[in-house]
Amino acid sequence: MPDSQAVFFWLLAALVIGSALAVVLLKNIVHSALYLFLTFVGVAGLYILLHAEFLAAVQLLIYAGAIAVLIVFAVMLVRRGDIRLSNLYSIHFLPALVVSLVLFALVAVAVGRQLWLGYLAPPPEEPLVSLARNFLGEYVIAFEVAAILLLSAIVGAVLIVRGRRRSAP
Amino acid sequence: MEHIFTDLAALVAGWVSGSPQWVQTLVMGCLYLIGVLTFIFLNCIFLIYLERKVSAYIQQRLGPNRVGPRGILQPVADALKLLGKEDIIPEKADHWVFRLAPIIILVPAIMVFAVIPFGKNMIPVDLNIGVFYFLAVASTTTLAILMGGWSSNNKYALLGSMRAVAQIVSYEVPLAFSILGVVMIAGSLKTSQIVAAQENYWFILLQPLGFLIYFIAATAEVNRAPFDLVEGEQEIIAGPFIEYTGMRFALFYLAEYANLVAVSCLGVTLFLGGWHGPWLPSWLWFLIKVYILIFVFMWTRWTFPRIRIDHFLDFNWKVLLPLALVNILLTGIGLKLYQYITLGVW
Repeated sequence: MPDSQAVFFWLLAALVIGSALAVVLLKNIVHSALYLFLTFVGVAGLYILLHAEFLAAVQLLIYAGAIAVLIVFAVMLVRRGDIRLSNLYSIHFLPALVVSLVLFALVAVAVGRQLWLGYLAPPPEEPLVSLARNFLGEYVIAFEVAAILLLSAIVGAVLIVRGRRRSAP
Repeated sequence: MEHIFTDLAALVAGWVSGSPQWVQTLVMGCLYLIGVLTFIFLNCIFLIYLERKVSAYIQQRLGPNRVGPRGILQPVADALKLLGKEDIIPEKADHWVFRLAPIIILVPAIMVFAVIPFGKNMIPVDLNIGVFYFLAVASTTTLAILMGGWSSNNKYALLGSMRAVAQIVSYEVPLAFSILGVVMIAGSLKTSQIVAAQENYWFILLQPLGFLIYFIAATAEVNRAPFDLVEGEQEIIAGPFIEYTGMRFALFYLAEYANLVAVSCLGVTLFLGGWHGPWLPSWLWFLIKVYILIFVFMWTRWTFPRIRIDHFLDFNWKVLLPLALVNILLTGIGLKLYQYITLGVW
């Protein structure tokens, strides 16, 4: 009998890599954005395999439910000319090759240096409780700083969207 | 009567108890899926009939009354008609996306039912993050509407799907915040524990404001009137579904009713005590409460006129969201006070 976890891992890995490739290779940018959604869903599946259900749900809610939808939305609004040829290959072949090779090497080194001992540890009984305790206990300052950063970003976005107020007559 | 469904599940579990673990998981998973699908489809068929009857009653008409006694077989006739329709795909549509959209919209509509406690010990998967799972999966519905609207290559369809995104993404926020009050009181995201916490009193008594916000935001999430701006017949004909015909259109329709059942089920689970109730079997109580909530949804639909899109979004950000935040604050203060009174510690 095959190890079901391994089977699902390879299926999900194929899904994530396949759809990520499709994001890059497809020439219709709306199709690329839709495949990006599929990539996010696949990553959420990988989180579930790692017993990180909360993270999987966050991935689905934020990335698949909001960000992917907003990307598709933005892409649709700016469509110009022939949508079939909206995501063409870059003409800067060599610089792109160098940048992506360097990035790949960096990620490979980072992955290789990791000891992956955490994988062997059993998942926590109540992952949500420990998450909440860490967020509002030990790391409360970092948590609140991130919250303030997001708040100021929202206020800034609202200000920009609202534009300049007309001066009083 | 109480154990009819749990006994059935136990019977099937007994049949496969000798086989390896993964066969058992697979068989039980399929069994739960079939159960959920049966629940959704039976309810949708009945809801089509009920919606027409309720609307007719509210508008002082008779409603469907020719097919079968009191028109009860009308949904069957409707389904047959839709099956027989020609399947039209616009020539300039994006064919694959057009074909996939009605199928993809059903996936989250079915998946959300995994965490609904239909009765005592009748929850398909008791996830640790239950309610949050529901919200996360439901949030992906937008994409299917967007796919349908964009691929139709029709300006009204695109306008409709743009409205859908604006509406669903913004109303998700007060929806999640209204649920947070319940989660704070129950101390868990597990739907089973939220129901268990309501054994003596329903959370609608402790969270009346939360329930009101949930109800309004849920109406917007499932695109029902007075918030059906996505379809707004008088303005943009049928929105994202304008080019769809036959069974593909029926699938969108089905997903809409499945979503209505889903938000009603979640509303009952969170605010109306879930399956708790005297005398009758737990699953029957659950069904009765769900139908009461669905009736209120229909009542609002046929009583209020559609509101304008800018008013609608203003209402969300300027009224519902602040109210939801106040509700969370009050719930937190209330919980601390209760803790101080009963336990004597802060």
